[in-house]
Amino acid sequence: MVSKVKKITFSILSPEMIKNIATVRIVTSDLYDVDGYPVEGGVMDPRLGVVDPGLHCRSCGGGIGECTGHFGYLELAKPVLNILYTKAVYKLLKISCRKCGKVLSKPDEKKSSKDLSRNPPSKCPHCKEAKGKIKFLKPSTFYEEKEELSPEDIREWFESIPEDELKRIGFKGGRPEALILTLFPISPVTARPSITLESGEKSEDDLTHKLVDIVRINQSLRENIDIGAPDFIIKDLWELLQYHVTTYFDNELTGIPQARHRSGRPLKGMIQRMKGKEGRIRGNLLGKRVNFSARTVISPDPRISINEVGVPDVIAKELTIEVPVTKLNTSQIKELIKTDKVNYAKRPDGRRIKVGPDNKEELIENLAPGWSLDRQLYDGDMVLFNRQPSLHRPSIMAHRVRVMPHKTFRISPQVCPPYNADFDGDEMNLHALQTEESRVEAAELVDVKNNIISPRFGGPLIGVDLDQISGMYLLTRGDEKFSKRETLDMFSRAGIRMDLPDKEHFTGKDIFSLLLPESLNIEFRSSCCVQCEKCLNDGCKFDCWVKIKDGKLTKGTIDAAAVGALKGKIISRLHGLVDTDEIKTFIDNCGRLGVSYLAGRGFSIGISDLDLTADVMDEVKKRVEKAERNSDSLIDKYGKNELKILPGLTAAQSLETQILNVLAEGLNDVSEIVKEKIKESDIVSMANSGAKGSLINITQMAACVGQEAILGQRIKRGYFNRTLPHFKKGDLSADGHGFVKQGFKQELSPTELFWNIMNGREGLMDKSLRTRKSGYMQRRLVNALQDLRVNPNMSVKNSNGHIIQFVAGEDGVDPSKSEWGDVND
Amino acid sequence: MTDSQISKKKHLYSPEEAIGVIAAQSLSEPATQMTMRTYHFAGTAGIQVTLGLPRIIEIFDARKELATPTMEIHLLDDFQTTEKAKKVAENIKEVKLKDLVVSDVIDLTNLEIICKLDPKMLKELEIDMDAIKKAIKLKKVKVDVEGHELKVASTTLDVKNLHKLKYKLLELHMKGIKGVTQAIISRDGGEWVINTLGSNLKKVLKIEGVNPNKTTCNNIFEVMDVLGVEAARNAIIEQAKYTLDEQGLDVDVRYIMLLADLMTFTGEIKAIGRYGIAGQKTSVLARAAFEETKKHLISASIKNASDDLSGIVENIMLNQVIPAGTGSYDLFGDISETPPAASDEKKPVKKAAKPKASKKEPEKKAPVKKAAAKKKVEKPKTKK
Repeated sequence: MVSKVKKITFSILSPEMIKNIATVRIVTSDLYDVDGYPVEGGVMDPRLGVVDPGLHCRSCGGGIGECTGHFGYLELAKPVLNILYTKAVYKLLKISCRKCGKVLSKPDEKKSSKDLSRNPPSKCPHCKEAKGKIKFLKPSTFYEEKEELSPEDIREWFESIPEDELKRIGFKGGRPEALILTLFPISPVTARPSITLESGEKSEDDLTHKLVDIVRINQSLRENIDIGAPDFIIKDLWELLQYHVTTYFDNELTGIPQARHRSGRPLKGMIQRMKGKEGRIRGNLLGKRVNFSARTVISPDPRISINEVGVPDVIAKELTIEVPVTKLNTSQIKELIKTDKVNYAKRPDGRRIKVGPDNKEELIENLAPGWSLDRQLYDGDMVLFNRQPSLHRPSIMAHRVRVMPHKTFRISPQVCPPYNADFDGDEMNLHALQTEESRVEAAELVDVKNNIISPRFGGPLIGVDLDQISGMYLLTRGDEKFSKRETLDMFSRAGIRMDLPDKEHFTGKDIFSLLLPESLNIEFRSSCCVQCEKCLNDGCKFDCWVKIKDGKLTKGTIDAAAVGALKGKIISRLHGLVDTDEIKTFIDNCGRLGVSYLAGRGFSIGISDLDLTADVMDEVKKRVEKAERNSDSLIDKYGKNELKILPGLTAAQSLETQILNVLAEGLNDVSEIVKEKIKESDIVSMANSGAKGSLINITQMAACVGQEAILGQRIKRGYFNRTLPHFKKGDLSADGHGFVKQGFKQELSPTELFWNIMNGREGLMDKSLRTRKSGYMQRRLVNALQDLRVNPNMSVKNSNGHIIQFVAGEDGVDPSKSEWGDVND
Repeated sequence: MTDSQISKKKHLYSPEEAIGVIAAQSLSEPATQMTMRTYHFAGTAGIQVTLGLPRIIEIFDARKELATPTMEIHLLDDFQTTEKAKKVAENIKEVKLKDLVVSDVIDLTNLEIICKLDPKMLKELEIDMDAIKKAIKLKKVKVDVEGHELKVASTTLDVKNLHKLKYKLLELHMKGIKGVTQAIISRDGGEWVINTLGSNLKKVLKIEGVNPNKTTCNNIFEVMDVLGVEAARNAIIEQAKYTLDEQGLDVDVRYIMLLADLMTFTGEIKAIGRYGIAGQKTSVLARAAFEETKKHLISASIKNASDDLSGIVENIMLNQVIPAGTGSYDLFGDISETPPAASDEKKPVKKAAKPKASKKEPEKKAPVKKAAAKKKVEKPKTKK
């Protein structure tokens, strides 16, 4: 087993350590000689590691992938500041004495170093030396009483600070003089590989460019010192060296012009490599690219089970699983090779052999325990399936493979809600699991059938959806009788195998009862409930009170409230009653039965479903006009200053609020009429059963769209004192501020259409803004909470061992094992 | 654990369940469905409060300045009449001088500001002129009262600055509680309730007639100051729950409680973001992975800090098994003896390569996990 990292300690890299880890001393800024070979002593020195395939490292002899690279070092002609530590340097300068190097407070004094640096004493308490005022001019210049401190001065100063004084102020990572660089570490070439372009030209990494600059300036600085050049030249070069070293570390500092590539693109410094979403930590360490994965468009297949996924045969042939050859499975594996289900074979010595028609006979001969094979996916393999954005745990679930023709992943429409998927071009990812352990965990923990109940609210995430609900609704609602033959037909269309009880006729309720386990007892209100004033419960005249006794549906209609995703009461009740396999079968069967019934009955909607008779339309018109009149009278009162002012609002605000209320009331009246008078049709049963759509949608289509609001208010923006040039200035009428009198089925006037589009656009903007905001909130929440775990004794601890809760959730109940958060036993 | 809890055993969390991640996801996944539309009328009273996603973020961020601070003030039994409730509301709502003024003029000849006050308002609010005179505590100012007229003269200022003085004067606080701009009474289930915009729980509780046991406010820090952390924790739960429910989103309370506990378990309110819980973790790597990578790594090197890799991200970074869920337990099996019945002839010599996989196959995960859970205290230690 690979040994585990148990601890990582951070400290400051000292010159001695730099020299120790380095293998090369860098002396020249040249990269390659005339023949294109790396120059020794240059920053691409072959002893720094290998990046070209086929070559071996001159230091350790390892090839690519074996040699991780070696450091080099550069002796700086003059020391420069490590820009990342300027804050620490500033603090140290402020709180230590230049003469004796001690901290400006007595050890017994209880003064924090923060206080000290804020108001340092005027004299050193140890040697009584006067303390000069330290000024820090960003980015990298320090002054003591107006006199500039060169990095050399600072280095000397820091050398005098005694070790125990440093400990006292919490400076424990090394000697402070190491913050002033005298030796510059040259990173291994493996950390900054050069890319060879198609033209044969070499393109160097940003860091290499920067290193070349540093070495070059360092050289010229040294030469100028050696020939005794004038001070100002040396100072200029020194500052230039400081600049290059600074931007090597961090190229996004304020006050320093960014170092740029020839093309004008800012170079990436060390810090830029690390930080941010695409930086090393978040981009490469916390998220990695993986092998053994596939991605393609998804499409629905109502006939496969919820925990299956249809995998295109081309993908199944490409994705492999490594299986060891053992005594037990040799014969099966030989069969696999014969049928071309194996892509590669690995010999005990580690050589990989491609399996093809030429060598398969030979392979079968040689096969023995100790070999391992990369076999293709076949039916029944556990794979992980995922759709991004992966907002919650059920965004990744395990499915069983079913290899199918064609090129899309096929999933049951019932598993769309947890993934939040639809089939308008969505793509999903599939991962083939490579170890036995992971496959067992996938089957036991991640399998779709074990994730039916959402951990968020304890209800079903997976249930019957859309047409399947319409089917269940129509089947169980009517008192249609089916002969045994018709019932069998329906079942066989649905692919349900079951012995029917010996009965001449079956009602829809009888048929549904066949799917239920006998132990089920439940009563609830279905979603087609008409909200009577007084609920008669199981005496409901509209058959909206579902009563199931010992697995027999005696009363009520099965719809979204019974078996739907996010709502289905039967599913959540079954969860505590039977095992997950049975629930899976129940959901599968319900869906298929619903569709199968519809296939026999027929189900279609059309524009004429929304027809209202002439007198109903008149009534609707009257109500809309009444609402308009009401709003006009409010405007009138407002003009006469007689309007009732609502508490806390101005007159204008009161008017707006009251108009909104009046118009909403009007729409409400209209929808009451529509509810009452619209003829029974498939579109209405869709709304009633909760399959799709609602009364509001029907009202808007058939009768009246109502007020279109922007930012929760009537539409106001546009021209001066009016919304559109179609209206008079100062017009406050409902018409001119977003009220749509018509239904979609009638014709919207040009202005009405405009209001509708405005509203639609607001929705789009709102959505994009919201996704960003809530995405960041999620990242912060996960970051704050990720280390919390439930201990075996039910307490919740974080990674420091602090107890957050003594009993998780105060009662230890896992919502995903509960029924809507409650425990019913 | 009590008996009733043990009877619920099959509904309990599995040991080492990563409850934090699930809580975070459960709270933020529905947030994608929330509206950004901020304002909404709360209840029957005409007070607009921030709701939806902005409010949720406000709560989790533990903001001290809310967009819309509000209070819900309940009254004592003796004050349950319209008149008395109105009186209490009047005592709460802030009255500034400008609310009482009918006209304000600057007399340029005498360098005076002359304010005429509304006698009706004064009577209604029970403020007399003396009280107003006392309330004007501006420096270097002479105040004269003539009937319902207020004359304010400055001893030092010139005309230009008189305007500034007038502005200051009109903004002066006369009555009520500072910051409470609205106080509206309404009847809620047979009880008089005052809803306010602007909050100051400490002062409101001292006002006569206010029921201190039921009065609440939506600023968590004020609740903390007046009633303590436990109350603040409850306020977080209540506010978050209310906001989620209002949007019709179903999230189990247990997760909200966990979050509230995490925010308050130190005894003070800590925010979720980089200056709160996430920024105060002990693990250097976890902090660097979140935000401000540079700052955390540099300060770690100065302090010689070390990371003992006890968290989740740290181990992901190092490609190691995370210490949560099934990753918390190791499996032990004696591979050397008695192979499973089927293959009992002789095991091939290379055990390392494949028996690993074939070994685990027969035993299913579930029983293994339970066994491991029970023995977890001693087992991992004996192994290392």
